Amino acid sequence: MSMLGLYVPGDSVLHRLPVGAKLLVLLSAVTAVVAFADLWSALGAALAALLLYPLCGFTFRHVWRVLRPLLPFLAVIALFQALVGDGATAVRVCAQLAMAVLLSGLVTLSTRVSEMLGLFERLARPLRYAGVRPDRVALVLALTIRCLPLAASAWQASREAYVARGLRGRPHLMVVPVIIGLIRSAEAMGEALAARGID
Amino acid sequence: MPGIPTPRVRHRGLTVRDIALIGMFAALLAVLSMPFAIPVGPVPITLQTLGVMLAPSILGAKRGTLAVLTFLALTLAGLPLLPGGRGGVMPFLGPTGGYLLGWVVGALAIGLLTRFMLPRYRFWIGFGSNVLGGVVVIYLIGVPWSAIALGDGMLATIMSTFAFLPGDLIKAALAAAIAAAVHRAYPIPPAGRPVAANAADSA
Repeated sequence: MSMLGLYVPGDSVLHRLPVGAKLLVLLSAVTAVVAFADLWSALGAALAALLLYPLCGFTFRHVWRVLRPLLPFLAVIALFQALVGDGATAVRVCAQLAMAVLLSGLVTLSTRVSEMLGLFERLARPLRYAGVRPDRVALVLALTIRCLPLAASAWQASREAYVARGLRGRPHLMVVPVIIGLIRSAEAMGEALAARGID
Repeated sequence: MPGIPTPRVRHRGLTVRDIALIGMFAALLAVLSMPFAIPVGPVPITLQTLGVMLAPSILGAKRGTLAVLTFLALTLAGLPLLPGGRGGVMPFLGPTGGYLLGWVVGALAIGLLTRFMLPRYRFWIGFGSNVLGGVVVIYLIGVPWSAIALGDGMLATIMSTFAFLPGDLIKAALAAAIAAAVHRAYPIPPAGRPVAANAADSA
């Protein structure tokens, strides 16, 4: 997996805006439209969100990737409201959902993972008065990214062994050794960090 | 041990080993979101909620909740860690975003409930706390959220009951069985550094 994540490189205004500002605008826009609960403003907001995509240099493929997970929900809403018979509500709710997902897609597509993680670390800074050490927040995020391929390959190896032995029906037999192995490597990692003076 | 008064020991803070365990279980949560995670039957099922139940039942409330929070932070930052390669801010503002927030509270609840029966993990109590924390608490946050997002409370309830409930009950049992075996095979010490309880009181 690439560390780019869902980020799409570009140099639009949106790419250059600080991530905190983007998230604030996103949250206030979504809250406003959902609280207002008006058919035409919801439709207008969804359309505006859609129009922002080409303006920021994203293509139809990106729109599709953002909207695709929402399609089953839109279908269910349409089906349900067809039975109950309230077309206006159905359209408004679908527009609200599309608007929220499209706008948040804009934020995610235009923000580097590292930039967003940097924001989380800054937001965690005031927590030091509650006993949280901000450098530990950065450490755990970095360690998790390191552990991702480790956990995936351990899982994959155990799964292949499980299938190759023809075991069926008791999946916890496969999971327990993986988890114990992962705990042991985590403890070894902790010891290595402690040996380097991080404690 | 009857007769011998054991000094009461409290545990404070997090050691660097705890931080490695948190990272590892956050990574495990990401692995469990892959559709091929467990070979049971023809239907590919994803196991995120299994991970949400496993982390607090094995690591305890503090480390388990932090593992879930870490996983969600990386997802929110834009890594495609949810099933189907989803990630970013979108799943959090979508119709099932409430469930993601519910995971944090649910993991905390499971961890607190699990602590009462340790050091011996019993399957049925573990199953009960997984259902209470991993199903009831998560749905209490997830269902009202999707009721707002889908514009109808009934629809949200129907969706959670038929789409998620059967799988979640199976996962609660599976998580309890796995946690019981892990606790038997490899007991993990509690989080943090040991501090004598009365020393903390007098200080």
